[in-house]
Amino acid sequence: MSQTPNITVEFQDVNFQVSRRDLVSRLNLSIYQGEALVLLGRSGSGKTTTLKLINRLLLPTTGQILVGDRLTTKWNEIELRRNIGYVIQETGLFPHFNVRQNIGLVPSLQKWSKHQIETRVYEMLGLVGLEPEIFSQRYPHQLSGGQRQRVGVARALAADPPILLMDEPFGALDPITRLELQQQFRALQRQLGKTVVFVTHDIQEAFFLGTRIGLMDKGELVVLGTKEEFLRSPHPEAQAFIACLHPLE
Amino acid sequence: MFFSFFNQYASEILNKSAEHLVLVTIAMTVAIAIGIPLGILITRKPQFAPAILGIANALQTIPSLAIFGFLISVPFLGGIGKTPAIVALTVYALLPLIRNTYIGIQNIDPAIREAGKGMGMTDWQLLVQVELPLASSVILAGIRVATVISVGIATIAAAIGGGGLGVFIFRGISTVNNQLILAGAIPAALIALSADFGLGLIEKQLTQKTAVNPRFNRRLAIALGIVTAIIISAITFSFQSTAQTIIIGSKNFTEQVILGELLAQQIETQTKLKVDRRFSLGGTFICHEAVKSGQISGYVEYTGTAFTAVLKQNPISDPQVVYNQVKQEYAKEFNLEVMPSLGFNNTFAITIRGDDAKRLNLKTISQAAQYTSQWQAGFGYEFLERADGYVGLAKAYGLKFDKPPQQMEIGLMYQALAQKKVDLIAGNSTDGLIPVLNLFILEDDKNYFPPYQAVPIFNQATLQKYPQVRDAIAQLSGLISNEEMQKMNYQVDNQSRPAEIVVREWLKSKSKI
Repeated sequence: MSQTPNITVEFQDVNFQVSRRDLVSRLNLSIYQGEALVLLGRSGSGKTTTLKLINRLLLPTTGQILVGDRLTTKWNEIELRRNIGYVIQETGLFPHFNVRQNIGLVPSLQKWSKHQIETRVYEMLGLVGLEPEIFSQRYPHQLSGGQRQRVGVARALAADPPILLMDEPFGALDPITRLELQQQFRALQRQLGKTVVFVTHDIQEAFFLGTRIGLMDKGELVVLGTKEEFLRSPHPEAQAFIACLHPLE
Repeated sequence: MFFSFFNQYASEILNKSAEHLVLVTIAMTVAIAIGIPLGILITRKPQFAPAILGIANALQTIPSLAIFGFLISVPFLGGIGKTPAIVALTVYALLPLIRNTYIGIQNIDPAIREAGKGMGMTDWQLLVQVELPLASSVILAGIRVATVISVGIATIAAAIGGGGLGVFIFRGISTVNNQLILAGAIPAALIALSADFGLGLIEKQLTQKTAVNPRFNRRLAIALGIVTAIIISAITFSFQSTAQTIIIGSKNFTEQVILGELLAQQIETQTKLKVDRRFSLGGTFICHEAVKSGQISGYVEYTGTAFTAVLKQNPISDPQVVYNQVKQEYAKEFNLEVMPSLGFNNTFAITIRGDDAKRLNLKTISQAAQYTSQWQAGFGYEFLERADGYVGLAKAYGLKFDKPPQQMEIGLMYQALAQKKVDLIAGNSTDGLIPVLNLFILEDDKNYFPPYQAVPIFNQATLQKYPQVRDAIAQLSGLISNEEMQKMNYQVDNQSRPAEIVVREWLKSKSKI
């Protein structure tokens, strides 16, 4: 008998408006612990907005979001964010910090001991496939795009948060590096059992990485399900995306 | 000759350089303490950015001399001396600091800020650990610009008695002495260059993308420590309570500097008091405000000027009446004591070239009035502004000039007349250059100008505190004739002898009588 998995993030009737425009409307969504939920959609469909509502970079206009059974509005926002890993497309590594300082950012904010941070950084570098001896002293401008994003992932995982938010993290990489990172990341996610909310507009990436896929169209969640359920969906937006799977024939 | 100049002035140059450094340092410290937080504020509240940047911009466009002048009448922070000088310098340093802080932080890649915020950095942590370090080279560039501007503008502080290297420059201008001007300008330029260089080194270090060299940091910390120690000791030294000090001021032309020096030396030799010299102040009104408020203890004024320009009376020609009225009103209205005249009458001298006087057979202003329409006149700004000046003169004699009079510095007027750049000037009857340059003073046949007897004016409160000053100055009454004043002026102006030496010699000659 399988146990009902825990709900770690829940959206209840969430609307998000900016100057009268609905960026997200009537969003109801439960995200379960350990799953990799991919938010798929065109540019402007509301997927990044949805992501930012989780770590309270944005506040809902109406409705509420619960993270770990507590309303985001009841969480101390700093504490909330330190419990959620955040990876963005531009990586946003601090150029004046070396790799070790970048990865160790949240642990140092949490006042871990120097030794603890050092150990953890080495661990994270190993996890993302970067040789610690070589990379920990380097600066972001001395890294390739792929290496930078690996550091970004390592940084997000450093404080061992239960939830990971990723906003098109591999979008700026060349296809070969992108495939590498996708494979490594999927293995990592399964190994660590983190809850991941992953935003992308690439349906192949969605299928590869996601345990469930949520399709967003004009601010609304229109399809939610596994890869198989998605392929069977009659929704025109889903069909449009499926057509992109093998476009050049 | 340059070395003897240097020897003589070396200690004063060092002294004034220290004063200059003090002014700039205090102003920069205050400006940084205000400007950088303001710059940070408008990155957080961008709705205020246009207003704050706009105000700072507007303040910067006000000519520096105007701000210094405006500050004279402001209570508490204004007046003359170091405080208003520092206020003005601070105002000028603000714009580069605010703007560079703002731009430096705004130009940081927004992804960095987003990542930091998303990972749970507080605004303060983001500011201190990320934004300020990343903006530091731009902010430091702003500090560099502000410092160099400050060093330059601080030279104007001398006009309101703030000291600094500008003292040499103004004194050089009013006594037409290039060496003095350079004595002020060169050290100021050197200070600006070294400050720029030093800050540039720091800026370069900060823009390096590799780890900051710990050895450099230590050296930098030591250097900063030494500089700070020097500056703090200079500040405390210069602000030391000057309890037993008499401050003597003067206006900004040679005769005034000589007379100021005369008062100073008289007090120094006849009493045990120390004298602080604040010569070459901006003009009659600055001196008047200063002695009224006690910022200077005394200076030499002319009865006619006091009567018409300060008391705003219509000019009359009886010297005794003018003197009595001035003495009475000054005591009543301003609590200032007008002491007996030094002995000569320095009236406005409407002067033309000797050749023109001979050729056209001119002896009086009335006779010259027929030719003035073809002439270019040159007047100092005070003469142009004052009621007993140009306006009244033109009316009294029916003078007409086709071309409007040129406004000039008093110290440059005689040369300009001799070199035919102007044809008629309003000089002073005791100026040493008049006989030397073969110039001719036109007789004031209609007695338009009031008498201008030279009288020491002192702040009553100061005299009450130090009555020995009154006794010392009283000894000078009636001691200087017109010719003697002319001779002293000539020695300083034309022979470039330092005023201190000319006065010392003259005092010695008088004591032998």
